[in-house]
Amino acid sequence: MHEWALAEAVIAAASEIAEKEGLREVREVKIKVGELQQVELDVLEFALSQLKPAMFKHAKFRIEVAKAELRCRVCGHRWFFKTEKLDENASEAIHFVPEVAHIYIKCPKCGSPDFETLQGRGVWLESIKGVKKGDG
Amino acid sequence: MVDPRMSVIDERLRGVGKVVAVSSGKGGVGKSLVASTLALLLAKKGYKVGLFDLDFTSPSTHKILGIEDVHPKEEKGIVPPIVHGLKYMSMVYYSGERAAPLRGADVSNALIELLSITKWGKLDFLVVDMPPGIGDATLDLIRLIKRISFLVITTPSQLAFETVRKLVSLLNELKIPVIGVVENMKMNPSNTIRQQTEELGVKFLEEIPYDPKVEEAIGSTSKLSNTELAQRVEKITPKILEPERDKPQ
Repeated sequence: MHEWALAEAVIAAASEIAEKEGLREVREVKIKVGELQQVELDVLEFALSQLKPAMFKHAKFRIEVAKAELRCRVCGHRWFFKTEKLDENASEAIHFVPEVAHIYIKCPKCGSPDFETLQGRGVWLESIKGVKKGDG
Repeated sequence: MVDPRMSVIDERLRGVGKVVAVSSGKGGVGKSLVASTLALLLAKKGYKVGLFDLDFTSPSTHKILGIEDVHPKEEKGIVPPIVHGLKYMSMVYYSGERAAPLRGADVSNALIELLSITKWGKLDFLVVDMPPGIGDATLDLIRLIKRISFLVITTPSQLAFETVRKLVSLLNELKIPVIGVVENMKMNPSNTIRQQTEELGVKFLEEIPYDPKVEEAIGSTSKLSNTELAQRVEKITPKILEPERDKPQ
């Protein structure tokens, strides 16, 4: 379950920010998950709920899915990534390392593998909210 | 927005003793052969060793070691399989033998992804087969891995050594330990590379004669272990086993 590794990263990063911002309790963590990585959201949510330390006891994890938008560097065409066109092996490889998309996906207009991911690659920590030390 | 992967890399490498980046200024100098052989020799000595092929666009250590039909296990992350006594990780698990046309930013992203999801467990040494040069992967590893030191491979060619000079200067500037320089594919007796290495303030570790048998040994660890190259790499292992030197001043 690779989602656990991603959840650990989210908790570690959120804990670092909470520490920096002097929070004693985290109430909300906003996470953006890109479609390219095809993260299983229920597994990610479960992992987050199991991994959260005491400071996150009452925290809500709000997960927003971002469409994977790609732009061809050769012809400029923009398009959205669709998993259904990929075979299982390609889909799984992209799940673990989204950059291998360059092996399996080509620009639908010109056929080039030289594209950039404008948005929706992987997991991002968008924001956290909480109660500062010393606040009631 | 924050990339959360950075925050977990230290944790993933917590059980790893020394990270040895086998690097070169340019390609084609035998870096992957030295990295693979070094990892094998350290494992034969009884150390816990990982080999991480970071040459994403041209991975070759799996070919050198004859590794096929193995895959990492998923266990709340990725656990590399143990092959020939090594924990072995490579992009080929995901790319297969297809060309991976990655730009610099993609190389960085893939590297960070693998560092953040790979669970190495306890290792005495993690040998990293680097892509040649001072591109994104080199800069990222320097940025992300605290206990890293470099083993630099060159050939007798001045073209190769000029690129080594740049790599070593950068590493010195950034205060990253350089274990030393190895001169590979030596065909004629000459002290030039040794002298030039020492002028850079770096140890010259060993010269490896050009050995046509190495090509025949590709894919077979038993044949590889019997090459002159392996005997010479064996000679540098004491330098790898030394505790990490102080960073250059």
